[in-house]
Amino acid sequence: MSLESVVAQSHVIVCCGSGGVGKTTTAAVIALHAALQGRKTVVVTIDPARRLADALGLAGLTNEPAQIPGLPEGSGQMWAMMLDTKATFDGLVLRYATDANQTAAILNNSFYRNISGSLSGTQEYMAAEKLYELAIESDYDLVVVDTPPTRNALDFLEAPKRLAKFLDHRLYKVLMLPTRGIVKAVNVAAQTLLRSISKVVGAEVIADAIAFFGAFEGMEEGFKERAGKVDDLLSEPSTAFILIASPHADTMAEAKFFASRLKELKITVRALIVNRMQPNFSSTTQDGSTQAPAETLAARLEGTALGDQYRCLADARHLALGEQKHLVGLAAELAPAPVVQVAVQSFEVSNMATLQMLGEAMFATEVTSQA
Amino acid sequence: MDPKQFLTTSGVIIVAGKGGVGKTAVSAALAMASSSVGLRTLIIEVEGKSGLASLFDSEQLSYSDIQLIAPRLGVGEVTARTVLPEDALLDYLKDHGLKRISGRLVSTGALDVVATAVPGISDILVLGKIKQLERSGKYDLIIVDAPAAGHAITFLRSASGLEDAVKVGPINTQAKDVLGLLNDPARCRVVLVTAPEETPVNELIETAYSLEDEVGVSLGPVVVNGVLAELRGLELSTEQAATEAGISLTAAEAEHLADAAQFRLKRTALQRAQLDRMAQELPLAQLLLPYVFTTQLGPEGMTTLADSLLSAIRDLPEPTNLPEAPKG
Repeated sequence: MSLESVVAQSHVIVCCGSGGVGKTTTAAVIALHAALQGRKTVVVTIDPARRLADALGLAGLTNEPAQIPGLPEGSGQMWAMMLDTKATFDGLVLRYATDANQTAAILNNSFYRNISGSLSGTQEYMAAEKLYELAIESDYDLVVVDTPPTRNALDFLEAPKRLAKFLDHRLYKVLMLPTRGIVKAVNVAAQTLLRSISKVVGAEVIADAIAFFGAFEGMEEGFKERAGKVDDLLSEPSTAFILIASPHADTMAEAKFFASRLKELKITVRALIVNRMQPNFSSTTQDGSTQAPAETLAARLEGTALGDQYRCLADARHLALGEQKHLVGLAAELAPAPVVQVAVQSFEVSNMATLQMLGEAMFATEVTSQA
Repeated sequence: MDPKQFLTTSGVIIVAGKGGVGKTAVSAALAMASSSVGLRTLIIEVEGKSGLASLFDSEQLSYSDIQLIAPRLGVGEVTARTVLPEDALLDYLKDHGLKRISGRLVSTGALDVVATAVPGISDILVLGKIKQLERSGKYDLIIVDAPAAGHAITFLRSASGLEDAVKVGPINTQAKDVLGLLNDPARCRVVLVTAPEETPVNELIETAYSLEDEVGVSLGPVVVNGVLAELRGLELSTEQAATEAGISLTAAEAEHLADAAQFRLKRTALQRAQLDRMAQELPLAQLLLPYVFTTQLGPEGMTTLADSLLSAIRDLPEPTNLPEAPKG
């Protein structure tokens, strides 16, 4: 199995990994590669990286997909968008509200404005929601999504369930009692808890929350159903999770952690892409014996130009060797998923041409598979 | 500039930067530098899991201080701890006579709902705890390894946001106290970390301006981590260099040397362009730390970073607007 065939067989690709490993760029490269092969693709980025918009030749990215200009004749189409959490949430409210009054009551509520902004969890949920809209309700052949740069990027998977749980919460039910007017013994303990919370955060917060849940009445079911569908989409066989990493010890450790969590969630990682690998400038790859002489010569020739050149070669090989060592364990963990090693490039990705060059490097790389 | 003077300009230094630029290593290097000039230093980790412990071959961090460097003559003690929202909340409730309900708040999950209802509450509790530690007088310098850049702004903005959102009560007081800390350059500064590459540099510039405009926190010099040394001998062709050294190379060896040299030259040229651009777009001094050729920084690499940091600080110009108090 190669990265090429993983991409070819997928309808949705989710790029996971910790911050700073090149997730956003990798997502764009995959979408571009598939578009050049004739498919209609869209890349959803979370990271408001202005540079990506620039590289794609767009003035900026918005919450609605924009088509990337300038793809060669015979290609498919590539579209790109940047997730706007609040706008996506507003869209959901509009979809499920029964009338304009309900919509207005929710959109103007300050509790709603708080939770619909950049609050942790909401962003992940809205990314999943947008993914569903693009994959199921539009005609894209491939949707590539970049996950939010949270510490635990897997929040993304649990986000749909979390909203449903939030709406089911006991405290929420207590809050709802006064407006629902259910004649029932009030849960005294819960009321005490509520009073204590208002003491800490102030009564207005609680009042806003009660008003929000009151306005939300009747919409929970629609939201929960939607969350269930999003969850289903993520477990479809045509949805591929690709793990992105860089060869540094700490990001490798994080990648291992992701891999084991994904395994627990019964999700198969279809490919591992390791960006920014150090080239080792050697014809005898994997041969540790080539490293010592460069190091020795660098020391012996110190102070000369050739000594500098040996220093440079020795540094590169030493680093490359260390990176390979870190990679072995992770590759075994993810077997039989292909491991794609992308060398650190000597250019910056700043336009379509360089994006395409990086794509060539990524898809041309010989794949090591443990199968 | 004298390192001790630099490191005591404020009692708290918040270290922030995009993921992957080595924020934690820079926090550790700052702490080592601070210890070496005799300052009692605390590193605070606000996101739990971090590579800090492994940089010092230490046990995992917890909610109480663990020692990373023992004090001796002229060397200040370095300790480290976490300040996570859950722990900070429990402390906060205890301090406000609500210890009784704290367990239930957590066990019923009501805490999640409260955190949802009041965005920024977790952040303000963490910052409040940091302020309490700053006020304790136990440390000469507190270094906070902040969340990754995007979240760092939200984290630091929580105080002004909450001061508006919650107008009365203990949270409002807490927000005011935290703002007092953040807006006082003699108490707190933010040091932004980047790699000498386009994306992190862009993000750093944007973060710098929004921190100044939206949070009103003062900014220290920028730390550029992972700067490749420019080897002058790479400018010469490999054949010439070999002739000069009186060594004959095999064709393959010459090719590998030339490839490696070309590659590094291209990378150092890109790096120089980014450093120049940052200097133009952002009027902050730059402290450059060398690229350490390893995949795993250990005590040895950390010493290199701390020494480089100290010498970069010494190279900083003397501050022009000296504080009014006479210096010792």
